[in-house]
Amino acid sequence: MTLMLDRVCKSYDGGVTFAVDDVSIAAESGELMVLLGESGSGKTTTLKTINRLIEPTSGRVLIDGVDAAGVEPVTLRRSIGYVFQDIGLFPHMTVADNVGITPRLLGWDADRRQRRVRELLALVHLDPETYASRTPPELSGGERQRVGFARALAAGPRLLLLDEPFGALDPVTRDGLRDDFRAIQRQLGLTAVMVTHDMTEALLLGDRIVVMRQGRVLRDAPPSEILRDPGDPYVDRLMTSPRRNAERLRIMASDASSSEAAP
Amino acid sequence: MSANLGARLAELPDLLAGHLLLTVTALAIGITISIPLGIAASRSRRLRGPALTAASLIQTVPSMALLALMVPLLGGMIGFIPAFVALTLYSMLPVLRNTVTGILEIDPAMTEAARGVGMTDIQSLSYVELPLAAPFIIAGVRTATVWVVGMATLSTPVGAPSLGNYIFFGLQTRNWVAVVFGCVVAALLAIALDALIRLLETAARRRSPLRGAVAGGGLALLLAFGMWPIAGGERARTVATSSRHEVAVEMDGGRRPLAGRSLTVGSKGFTEQYVLADLLGLRLEWAGAHVDRRPNMGSTILFDALRSGSVDVSIDYTGTVWTTVMGRSEPLERTAMFIEVAAYLRAEHGVLTLGQLGFENAYALAMDRGRAAALRVRSIADLARVDEGLTIASDPEFFGRPEWVRVRAAYGLDAVHTRGMDSTFMYGAVRDGEVDIITAYTTDGRIAAFDLVVLEDPYQALPPYDAILLLSPDAGAEPEVVATLRPLVNAISADMMRTANLMVDLDGVEVAEAAAWLVDRISQPGR
Repeated sequence: MTLMLDRVCKSYDGGVTFAVDDVSIAAESGELMVLLGESGSGKTTTLKTINRLIEPTSGRVLIDGVDAAGVEPVTLRRSIGYVFQDIGLFPHMTVADNVGITPRLLGWDADRRQRRVRELLALVHLDPETYASRTPPELSGGERQRVGFARALAAGPRLLLLDEPFGALDPVTRDGLRDDFRAIQRQLGLTAVMVTHDMTEALLLGDRIVVMRQGRVLRDAPPSEILRDPGDPYVDRLMTSPRRNAERLRIMASDASSSEAAP
Repeated sequence: MSANLGARLAELPDLLAGHLLLTVTALAIGITISIPLGIAASRSRRLRGPALTAASLIQTVPSMALLALMVPLLGGMIGFIPAFVALTLYSMLPVLRNTVTGILEIDPAMTEAARGVGMTDIQSLSYVELPLAAPFIIAGVRTATVWVVGMATLSTPVGAPSLGNYIFFGLQTRNWVAVVFGCVVAALLAIALDALIRLLETAARRRSPLRGAVAGGGLALLLAFGMWPIAGGERARTVATSSRHEVAVEMDGGRRPLAGRSLTVGSKGFTEQYVLADLLGLRLEWAGAHVDRRPNMGSTILFDALRSGSVDVSIDYTGTVWTTVMGRSEPLERTAMFIEVAAYLRAEHGVLTLGQLGFENAYALAMDRGRAAALRVRSIADLARVDEGLTIASDPEFFGRPEWVRVRAAYGLDAVHTRGMDSTFMYGAVRDGEVDIITAYTTDGRIAAFDLVVLEDPYQALPPYDAILLLSPDAGAEPEVVATLRPLVNAISADMMRTANLMVDLDGVEVAEAAAWLVDRISQPGR
């Protein structure tokens, strides 16, 4: 499934200022596109125009060449997986009910839903026997986000939107979840758009990185290209911290190995 | 078990039924309106302000006043309907407010997630928002339940039978067993309903059918028990009055001219009125009528009800009609006033004044005998020259009446402090020296029992209060009703009334017995 945003704008004040300013980006089928920027850069607003949680002021969103504006919002959202920033599981529903919510809205029968829930929990490495009947408050942060992924995938979407999906997690949990997510996304061949403010995460996960600032696209390139040439002083600045960390780690590693080699 | 407690228990099925019917219907309708209104208000800012303000405004009206206001607002209707409307309005605020707050307090991330997974507005409401707001909403329902059970006790003065009958009756007749009994039953009812609702809530939350069944069964049982007299009450009442019918057969030679006729006897909230209402009820029942008793009604509410035909028979006083209904303030001689009042009632309201009962129950200023002697006070005119600050106690109604204005002006009593007090407590207060003067009722037996003196009224500033028997326009047009009640005209002397009142107020005799004693005296005047 391909995704294209064509000159998308969003203004909340009738065109005086723009939260999203003339954004044109495209993701190939099976590609993971990262929207990177600080808070207020317009990355989350851009993401939400794709499933019409926010209606663009102008411009078009094309999914497999079809204009999203022509699709009923509810239908559109049921066909697109969405992973929320603060996970957004319904605390009064069990894990199984949370995961099965979109299939339920689509009118799947209970048997089919139940099979699907078990399949998905297994996919995100949660034992269905143990987890299906629990409620979100009984889960750890990492477990909750795994349920969040399972819920987003429940109705078999071809397009997945992720809003800072790893933001609330501790580093160890985050790394494990990232790897699992990347593997699932590749395995299912999903087209995905992920929002983050973490350059390292963007570099590690993205097939393509879109750097945004003040509603505009500053840079749109694969990670390797951005590593080679940031191409913009602001992007370069965003690279500073990962670079410095990488350098420090490299030095520490070589110190450690040289002290080991010494008698 | 004491006879007093036994008498209270005998009244329980009817009063509890009235109370439950009021509470449950008012809550059911109140909740049915408030929750959808709350949902709509949570979605529309334009609706939210006015809805919450209106509900809060209703809440600021004292509950007693809200109930009383319903009577004129509903065109003089009394009984279930005005009480039901007032209680319904009263129950709405907590449910409405908690519904709005409960929905608005939901984390916006939750509603966004609901939209994000593809829910429509209605689905978001039913799958996410209402379940998350449910604890708030149920807390509101529980608050409303406790309020309404409590407030329903105040529906007695508008003529709706409730557990408040015990409280009003008990306060007026110094029957503390009745007061406590009414309070305890009302409290138990509130606690029981609250606990059952809480049980229903946990059942829903934990998806426990067992708890649900227990709670649902408990509610059903309570309702069934409470409502039973309404369904089977006709039979119960017939049984209760059969012994009185036997007396009636003796008296009237078996003639029952009012058989099949249903009549409502209304009364105000003090002992004399209870006794007289019971006396009227007895006579009408002897004549074969089915009698509906509405005790403890507010004075103006009772008159409105009589005028509109919601009440068929009542006892009023010429001075009361003169000042509060006719708006007159000048004093008049007793007989002249009776004639004017009767003519006015017939012409203006179609109300038939059947006649005087034969005694006056006037306001009179009374003092403790020793205190009056010490201050050398014999008439109201003497009060003006007493230097120390005097305090006069009366029911709050009196200080709003024109005759108080007139008394104060006529005798120069501007320096006298006024203190509003329930008439039950006045007599004790003046005996114990808490206040100096009270406005005693001239037929109250406690004047003699507490050794009080009635001050002379040389300028006749206080109007006469002849007890008069009034019939609604419809009842007044029925010769059988008129004939049945006519023997009561001029049949009760002030002494007889005073004794009957004293029996109830001081000796703890049941109202029905005091009424029976009066019947006895009326039929055998020589004894």
